[in-house]
Amino acid sequence: MRRVAGIVVLVLLVATIGAVLAGSFIDRGEVGPAHDGITVFAAASLTDVVEQVVDEIHADLPWADITVAYGGSSDLAAQILEGAPATIFLSADEAQGDAVADGLGLDEPAAFATNTLTIVVPEGNPAAVDGLADLERGDVTSVICAPQVPCGAATAELASLEGLTLSPASDEQSVTDVLSKVAAGQADAGVVYVTDVARASGVEEVPIAGAERVVNTYVAVAIPGDHDPSLAARFWDDLVGAPGRAILADAGFGLP
Amino acid sequence: MTGPRWLAPLAVLGGLLVLLPLVGLASRVPWEDFWSLVASDASLTALGLSLRTAAVATALVVALGVPLGFALHRLRGPVRGLVRAVVLAPLVLPPVVGGLALLYAFGRRGLLGEQLGGAIAFSTVAVVIAQTFVAMPFMVVSVESALDARSGRHEAMAATLGASRTRTLLAVTLPALGPALATGAVLAFARALGEFGATLTFAGSLAGVTRTAPLEIYLARETDPAAAAALSLVLVAVAIAVVALAYRPLRGSR
Repeated sequence: MRRVAGIVVLVLLVATIGAVLAGSFIDRGEVGPAHDGITVFAAASLTDVVEQVVDEIHADLPWADITVAYGGSSDLAAQILEGAPATIFLSADEAQGDAVADGLGLDEPAAFATNTLTIVVPEGNPAAVDGLADLERGDVTSVICAPQVPCGAATAELASLEGLTLSPASDEQSVTDVLSKVAAGQADAGVVYVTDVARASGVEEVPIAGAERVVNTYVAVAIPGDHDPSLAARFWDDLVGAPGRAILADAGFGLP
Repeated sequence: MTGPRWLAPLAVLGGLLVLLPLVGLASRVPWEDFWSLVASDASLTALGLSLRTAAVATALVVALGVPLGFALHRLRGPVRGLVRAVVLAPLVLPPVVGGLALLYAFGRRGLLGEQLGGAIAFSTVAVVIAQTFVAMPFMVVSVESALDARSGRHEAMAATLGASRTRTLLAVTLPALGPALATGAVLAFARALGEFGATLTFAGSLAGVTRTAPLEIYLARETDPAAAAALSLVLVAVAIAVVALAYRPLRGSR
């Protein structure tokens, strides 16, 4: 019995020490493809666009190893700054792109798309919302992004340009939370990006006159590392170049 | 009882898994600013709302969970297992699922939507409902197992002495359940304090109305990670204090 126990302890110790020593390899090897692929960190609002770009690359290069991680731009930026193995970072927010470029000592991020705000209402527009000013009405339950997150900062800026003081029922954490509250009928109106409405179901868009005064710019950052440089260049060119511009325009994005 | 020696390294690994994240959290807290971060308006508003809603939710848990525990104790056979599983489900449900379920029941377009007329949407009441929903199972299990452990002899004696059922409950059963009630209530309070997913999905996030401390942490993480870490540590301290408190009476009663 003691011998068995001794062997178990030994195996565990070796496994633990091995795991600790291998830590640096596991970091790169398991989280993202090393050497022969690329890892794209993309803002969630780019999901459809990035998937189409990847599909087009795969039509050419069926074996191209492209891993994509979607998330909130600030989450992704934080992960990259903490050492996540991203090849290209597509941020929905210039500030987060700058944070990564500054933090890692890289070139200025490249702007490749823009987005503007719009009002989203449940199907049928039950509260008859017609413009941003209607969100001030007492009988309209509205939700917007919290001023701490990019969509909320943009909403606040647009409201102040219009001279409005919005009093939302909730300052949500993300565009997704705003959309889901409106789609569920909990709220009569919400403020999101034009492209978010295009992707959502059960909701309608009420355009905001003058929305183009507050433009949200999407930026791309290339991060050097252990990856396939030609595939990285191909993805970058496709997204920022003609194929990507067509896909972005289709999805409702503006082009810088 | 002492286990075989080879358990020790596994125990160490298990301990590290719990301890390291807490150390990691503490390492990100700028200690010189700790108090100003925790005492900021946003943090205090969120903490105050959390304490108030969790206290109300705990009162509801006692008022509703104790009777539910009694009802469960009375059931027999396979029905009991089934009912117990359903009643305890919120304990193991992913919080976002709980939030959706609450939305479809109490939301403006939910089952009770017309009767409530949107009165609950985005209100503090919604926060309390979400917290009660997720915290009640703690009280139900606690009461049920404490009742199961009783022989019923004292209650029978009280009845022969002419005590009514209500009097027996108040004077005999409930005092004997004291430690179980305390454990259930403290754990329910802690769970209510930590509620996040269901609140986010169901109640929204408005400072002072629905943005509890966990939601404030989630939001602050975007712009002020130091404040998020500081407030997180406060909740960690509360959680550890609460669990330490809750398990003492339980041990004492054995």
